[in-house]
Amino acid sequence: MTTVTSEAAVPGTLELGLARGAAELREFFRQKENLIFTVSLPAILMLLLGTVYVHEAAAGQMFAASMIGAGIISTSFVGLGISVVADREDGTLKRLRGTPMPFTSYFIGKIILVFVSSLFEAVLLMVVAMLRFDVELPSTAEKWFTFGWVFLLGVISCSLIGVALSSIAQSTRSASGVLNLPYIVLQFLSGVFISQAVLPESLRVAGSLFPLKWVCQGFRSVFALNDGYAVMEAAGSWELGRIALVLGAWTIAGLVLVTRTFRWTNEAS
Amino acid sequence: MNAIRVRGLRKAYKGHQAVAGVDLDVARGEVFAVLGPNGAGKTTTVEILEGHRGRDSGEVNVLGVDPAEGNRAWRSRLGIVLQSATDAATLTVREAVRHYARYYGNPRDPEEVIELVGLAEKAKSRAGTLSGGQRRRLDVALGIIGRPELVFLDEPTTGFDPEARRQFWGLIRLLAAEGTTILLTTHYLDEAEALADRVAVLAGGRIVAEGTPQTLGGRAHADATVRWMSDRGYTEIKTSEPTKVIAELSRHGELAELTVTRPSLEDVYLELIA
Ligand SMILES: Nc1ncnc2c1ncn2[C@@H]1O[C@H](COP(=O)(O)OP(=O)(O)O)[C@@H](O)[C@H]1O
Ligand SMILES: [Mg+2]
Repeated sequence: MTTVTSEAAVPGTLELGLARGAAELREFFRQKENLIFTVSLPAILMLLLGTVYVHEAAAGQMFAASMIGAGIISTSFVGLGISVVADREDGTLKRLRGTPMPFTSYFIGKIILVFVSSLFEAVLLMVVAMLRFDVELPSTAEKWFTFGWVFLLGVISCSLIGVALSSIAQSTRSASGVLNLPYIVLQFLSGVFISQAVLPESLRVAGSLFPLKWVCQGFRSVFALNDGYAVMEAAGSWELGRIALVLGAWTIAGLVLVTRTFRWTNEAS
Repeated sequence: MNAIRVRGLRKAYKGHQAVAGVDLDVARGEVFAVLGPNGAGKTTTVEILEGHRGRDSGEVNVLGVDPAEGNRAWRSRLGIVLQSATDAATLTVREAVRHYARYYGNPRDPEEVIELVGLAEKAKSRAGTLSGGQRRRLDVALGIIGRPELVFLDEPTTGFDPEARRQFWGLIRLLAAEGTTILLTTHYLDEAEALADRVAVLAGGRIVAEGTPQTLGGRAHADATVRWMSDRGYTEIKTSEPTKVIAELSRHGELAELTVTRPSLEDVYLELIA
């Protein structure tokens, strides 16, 4: 007697991606450090820094918008990058590679994880901002539409770059340095903590090369009390078209980088 | 056709030849053990067969496919139990087994698999809380959930206490009895002897002997040692005809402390890997 019946059609890539996403979320929300650092940290920072920065309504709107931007980059770029390194370290990736699950499904699962955790983190931050600093939610459908696509493009492009960079790191410990350093530096260059307008030209240009600035600018356009506040941006306008272009370009670059650099294990093969 | 056929397999790491020309044939339904000390090249060999590592040269055929070109359909016919894994730590045993079942076209029933590997009582425990032996059972559960034709187990019982090993062997025998082809590596002699239909001894990246546990290294044909206590103390004779020797000797009366021994598998093995 043999059990040679394993060759039935393997399940679809999207279906498996959704199953991966469900398992990823389960694992994510069962780890306390994720809940503390990834989901709550932006809200806590909002609370602390907001007390210093926010003295009038307009400033609260702008700061909350920037913090949402910084938060989703933290969950996508830093959080996802580290989680891929952890998957390599604990053997998840090696096990998956030995199954019929396609790589695309793994990545779909990760994107679902990032979307849901980013959403949690953004909602928590908004609640804090609304209760403590009287921040108002955007009021028009058009603003929400902008919020939606900036969120989407921001998460996808930064996830891809995070996964690509994760290949450099050999362990979760080194990954946290490899990913956090650029993230923290970019927060200063991208108008999160200090307005880009006050930066010297060279630093402003450097910040403008990366997604964080554009995501934050997109969110500021959504949360600004009126469009007059665009004059405070480095370019003096919201530049929505350019935001889409830059984030789109990073998405493509990220895809290319991931397919070139992705490693399943830390061992030489 | 054989489940596994390997000819002239070679693999070096930065100048160090880890696998130096290995030939292997594993028939369908066979339990085959690759026995060898640490660093012999067992993991390297097995991971090349699994498609996890590349090779420098040689022909490799696993279930009719070159592992370097294995696709999803091919992977769904394999079960891989890696040497070490700590993944899925926050999932429960049941969640992990159910999740991995979804990857396959025709998986086994997750509850049956949990039962089979003896984790029914731990089904609700998180993987990260299992003992070493239980964790390996979970690894086996994940390895066989897809109803594989061929299962690879890399040193599955290293670090087990004797009782856990016995239990684990029972599990392997169950799988073998269902007709699953099994390739396992081990550095425990008794494990190879207890489980394998055939054994290959790997040392320094080469196969130095191959056969059934009974005949390995010419053991079945080796000279027997007849030993007894005479007036001059212990006396030994090496002979291919021990029965005849004893008949001769016993004509002079009772032989004290008489034994007839052949080289144990351990003697043969230590000789081979020396
Ligand atoms: N990824 C690797 N990079 C460099 N050397 C390796 C690697 N894997 C194994 N080796 C070396 O190759 C030899 C065989 O290793 P391995 O296949 O793991 O043996 P075993 O599993 O029998 O202990 C050892 O000398 C080991 O140090
Ligand atoms: Mg090994």
